[in-house]
Amino acid sequence: MRSKLTFKAVTFFFFFTPFLLMAKGEAPKTDKKSEIKAYIQHHLQDSYDFSLFSYTTAKGEHKYIGAALPVILWDEGLKVFASSKFHHGETLAEVDGNYYKLYHSKIYKTDAEGTINYDDHNHPTNAKPLDFSITKSVAMIMITALLMFFLFKGLGSSYGDNKGVATGAGRFFEPIVLYIRDDIAIPNIGEKKYMRYMPFLLTVFFFIWFLNIFGLTPLGVNVTGNIAVTFALALLTFLITNLTGTKDYWKHIFDPLGDSMPWYGKVPLYIILIPIEVLGIFIKPFSLLIRLYANMQAGHIVLMSLIGLMFLFKSWLGSPLSFGLAFAISLIEILVALLQAYIFTMLSALYFGFASEEHEHHDEAHAH
Amino acid sequence: MEKLLEEFSLGLFFWQTILFVGLLILLKKYAWEPILSAVNEREEGIKNALSAAENAKKEMENLQADNQKLLKEARAEREAMLKEARELKNKMIDDAKGEAKQEAAKLITMAQAAIETEKKAAISDLKSQVADLSISIAEKVLGEELSSNAKQEKLVESMLDDAGLN
Repeated sequence: MRSKLTFKAVTFFFFFTPFLLMAKGEAPKTDKKSEIKAYIQHHLQDSYDFSLFSYTTAKGEHKYIGAALPVILWDEGLKVFASSKFHHGETLAEVDGNYYKLYHSKIYKTDAEGTINYDDHNHPTNAKPLDFSITKSVAMIMITALLMFFLFKGLGSSYGDNKGVATGAGRFFEPIVLYIRDDIAIPNIGEKKYMRYMPFLLTVFFFIWFLNIFGLTPLGVNVTGNIAVTFALALLTFLITNLTGTKDYWKHIFDPLGDSMPWYGKVPLYIILIPIEVLGIFIKPFSLLIRLYANMQAGHIVLMSLIGLMFLFKSWLGSPLSFGLAFAISLIEILVALLQAYIFTMLSALYFGFASEEHEHHDEAHAH
Repeated sequence: MEKLLEEFSLGLFFWQTILFVGLLILLKKYAWEPILSAVNEREEGIKNALSAAENAKKEMENLQADNQKLLKEARAEREAMLKEARELKNKMIDDAKGEAKQEAAKLITMAQAAIETEKKAAISDLKSQVADLSISIAEKVLGEELSSNAKQEKLVESMLDDAGLN
């Protein structure tokens, strides 16, 4: 009973904190609509410091509560400095005689005055140094990686200590590991070869799931809604698929009709078929990266917009309504967090299954 | 598309790839392999235990069937033995009876024969004695009786009467 209460309290804390942040973030005089929009935009993007919340003092001064993260730039030499030097974009950072400006969440090299030059499309033309900063997303990836490592290492070693029975927190994840093995890997890849792909499938599933869930906490780090992250994950799926591809996999791409037709019949068809098949190699992982990115991004936008609506309505009817909606969407987002991790893993397993298909499988397909 | 490209951060991609691949390698070595092998081992163990239990059950059933069979055989054997014994007993009794009867019959016939011969011997002995006695009596009587005619005739008559009686 007690633990149930604690659980509820924690849930409510997590649930309310974004609203509090929102309330603190508002500035009294600016247009609320555009401010909320800017806030959402800002939230969706990566940032150079781990800010928890910010507020404006009575004097109109912005106060930020959070931690600075290291900025690592490659600009004719390695430049490392704390992101607090930018003062959240309010000042220039001066390192070894070079000036850098944080403008729209990106670092540009500027002169001492911090002038930004624009092209016709209103895009800055200033030089962008190569940026390997430990941003908020990178920090979150590191935290998740550490958490996963200790969690699953604990699970792994608990078997030996306990005669094959899992103990500790990892125990909760054992059925999920088994589910991925029995319902994702084995049906798609096959009994013979699934072991080779299991480490990737398990890691990618828990990695995406954990980061999705972290994205729903008040920390609000939108890591999996970041195109670079989903691109990196999909790229690994792409590489593993094509590097472990069997002869049959490549034959299926470059000679999909096989012996069912004489060569002079195949040539005109192949002019169309082969480019489609080759394109398919790239479209499959591309769909993975866009799906995960778009789902997480959209979820965050919808949720933040609904929270923002509360401050726009300011009425006894509208605000509770959007509160209820935001609550419902939060619950759905928890489901989506799991679902997207599942879909990414499932489809990766499916592609690995194509890549590792064997000849007898091929014959079977022809027999139908 | 342009927005996506603009959003793409090379630094984040770099860190994500490095960290993820590192995590993958570490987890593979320290987590996934031990977990999967332990789970597989456990499943094998369960499978083996189940099949062992199944085998034990079968063996038990076989044993029970054997026992039943043995019991049945023993019972049948006992039955047969009892039957045989009963038959033997009856036969022995019958045999003994028959033999006894034969013996008795034999004894009886022998006794009868002996009695017959004894009787014959006794009769012939008696006859000879009676003859001797008769002769001696006759001599004496004759000696006395034949002294007179009347007496002789009377004697003959009486002797004839006797002879007729005999």
